Amino acid sequence: MTAAPGPDIARAQGPRAASQAAAALTVDNLRAYYMTHYFGVEREVRAVDDISLVVRRNEIYGLAGESSSGKTTFLKTVAAAIRPPLTVMGGSVRYGFLDRDIYALGPAELSAIRWKHLSYITQGSMNVLNPVRRVRQSFIDFAFRHMQLSRRAFFAAVERHLQQLHLAANVLDAYPHELSGGMKQRVTIALATICRPEFIIADEPTTALDVIVQKDVLAMIRKAQQQIGSSMLFVTHDMTVHANISDRLGIMYAGRLVEEASTADIFTKPMHPYAAHLVASLPKIGEQARKGSLSGAPPNLAVPPTGCRFHPRCPLAMEVCREASPALTALASGHRVACYAASPLVQPGATAKGDAGAIARAEAARLVQ
Amino acid sequence: MSGELLEVDHVTKSFAIGGLFARGHFKAVDDVSFALQAERPEILAIIGESGSGKTTLARMILNTLAPTSGAIRFRGAELHKARGRRQRLDFIRQIQPILQNPYEAFNPLKRVDRYLYASAVRLAGARSQKARDAAVDAALQKVGLSLAEVKGRFPHELSGGQLQRTAIARALISSPALIVADEPVSMVDASLRMSIVNLFKRLHDELQVSILYITHDLATAYYISDRVIIMQKGKVVETGPAREVLMHPQHPYSILLKESVLSPDDVGRGRLTVEPGEAAGRGAK
Repeated sequence: MTAAPGPDIARAQGPRAASQAAAALTVDNLRAYYMTHYFGVEREVRAVDDISLVVRRNEIYGLAGESSSGKTTFLKTVAAAIRPPLTVMGGSVRYGFLDRDIYALGPAELSAIRWKHLSYITQGSMNVLNPVRRVRQSFIDFAFRHMQLSRRAFFAAVERHLQQLHLAANVLDAYPHELSGGMKQRVTIALATICRPEFIIADEPTTALDVIVQKDVLAMIRKAQQQIGSSMLFVTHDMTVHANISDRLGIMYAGRLVEEASTADIFTKPMHPYAAHLVASLPKIGEQARKGSLSGAPPNLAVPPTGCRFHPRCPLAMEVCREASPALTALASGHRVACYAASPLVQPGATAKGDAGAIARAEAARLVQ
Repeated sequence: MSGELLEVDHVTKSFAIGGLFARGHFKAVDDVSFALQAERPEILAIIGESGSGKTTLARMILNTLAPTSGAIRFRGAELHKARGRRQRLDFIRQIQPILQNPYEAFNPLKRVDRYLYASAVRLAGARSQKARDAAVDAALQKVGLSLAEVKGRFPHELSGGQLQRTAIARALISSPALIVADEPVSMVDASLRMSIVNLFKRLHDELQVSILYITHDLATAYYISDRVIIMQKGKVVETGPAREVLMHPQHPYSILLKESVLSPDDVGRGRLTVEPGEAAGRGAK
């Protein structure tokens, strides 16, 4: 969909650059729906609807959007960590380190690449660390089999890694409850980077932390990513965090990507009204002017609005917005937008829905009566 | 009658930690004093990182926790000396809480309006169904909702912003003089956050309610509050008018807090200026 990134980005990553492709992750027309069937009512919630994006080598790609915009579902789908009712309906997920689509892999192959090539920093670090095992045991559980080292060499490597991230080696002997929230999050980051994976997925890693710790943890993520030269998909709804860590930024709204550009471009010249609102509503110290707020509520993805999903809340909504959803169109170099108001070049996207729309309409009719 | 709406007078709260023999004391709130004036309602922000005692202080002001020493007086009467249902209800009517996570504040198995009606009956004294509906609808109108939108809905059927506004409406039913809002926007989505913050500002301007806004977000505190208190490890380290303190913080901790705020201005390749060594030094207990 997008042009291949320039050669300056595709810098070789030392011995790890096995694959020659410039993209670390290529997602094409990915659709993932929650299919449920309760009491004879079939529902499909289109949490990820036709998303295409490319994460370049050695960059942090930020993904912003409110809750229920499908951010976490997208990450799960990209990591091939899905279980019913979430179902992949179409599209492909290709990593730079893999020669095939990740969904073409068997369970054993998948488990072999997880953590070694692809790791995942989850939202609540407390959920990753086993509360009744020392941190040392968690390191063994996650990483030992991937490193292929003797026990002694493994712990030497772990301690070296902790030292690089400025963590004291004695955290290994602590139980998770003995560590503060920020410390636990740092241990999780150390855990996620110990195998020096090519690709790291981070789902709101700093949301539960307060301001001072947040900045430290972000600095640590950035440092770890630069040290091992991996690529990263970084999700948070906090735009100020994106401003400080992401190289490129994608804005999601109701399961779709509505704008994608370099972080600086999104902040200085956003084209989609939703992105513009997110940027404009950021409160800043030293500014007292009244900030506008968006009316309405995020849409229900089981019955999404027709056409552009943002149109019920959009200040610039036109007639065409109600009828057909705009395609994500490249309007400038590296800047893709899905909004008719941004430019006349934006055209309706291909509607490959068919009976899916019929189910949604039937559901809407049921709710109305 | 003194002119103070709320007077927090050298309040300390300590919790015992450890076993019977190795008993230690941990001061969550240490000698905190401030006052809110009755005739001049204001939005007072209490700022601090987690573990600084913000929430403990809020719980003492809400009278769910008694201070170890010191006193909290509301319109001259000491809160934790309230005896009997009538007197306690009187305080509850006047001081209302808004909690951090609206999804946790409402029971997911009960309809949202149940809480609104319960507040109308117990706190506003609405007897008939008509009076209840009127009281609930009036409160919902103040936050930009209506009874028709909320009635019969379960928490999962409302968005986070709607639910938080419903929680604010519930607090408004008894026409309180003071609202204690404990991190009211930290769980609300970015696109809805400003609508909640603007709502607080409007309530303060139009209904003359004093608001105790507890937060770790300096930017929204700057945006809405008149006065700020900065707490660190249970102690007040700096206090003063919001604009002055947040633009020119004096105490080293306040300066650190302000420097830690990520600014959307320097967009680009991660200009995170914290020394990594600093990261390792903090956080370890």
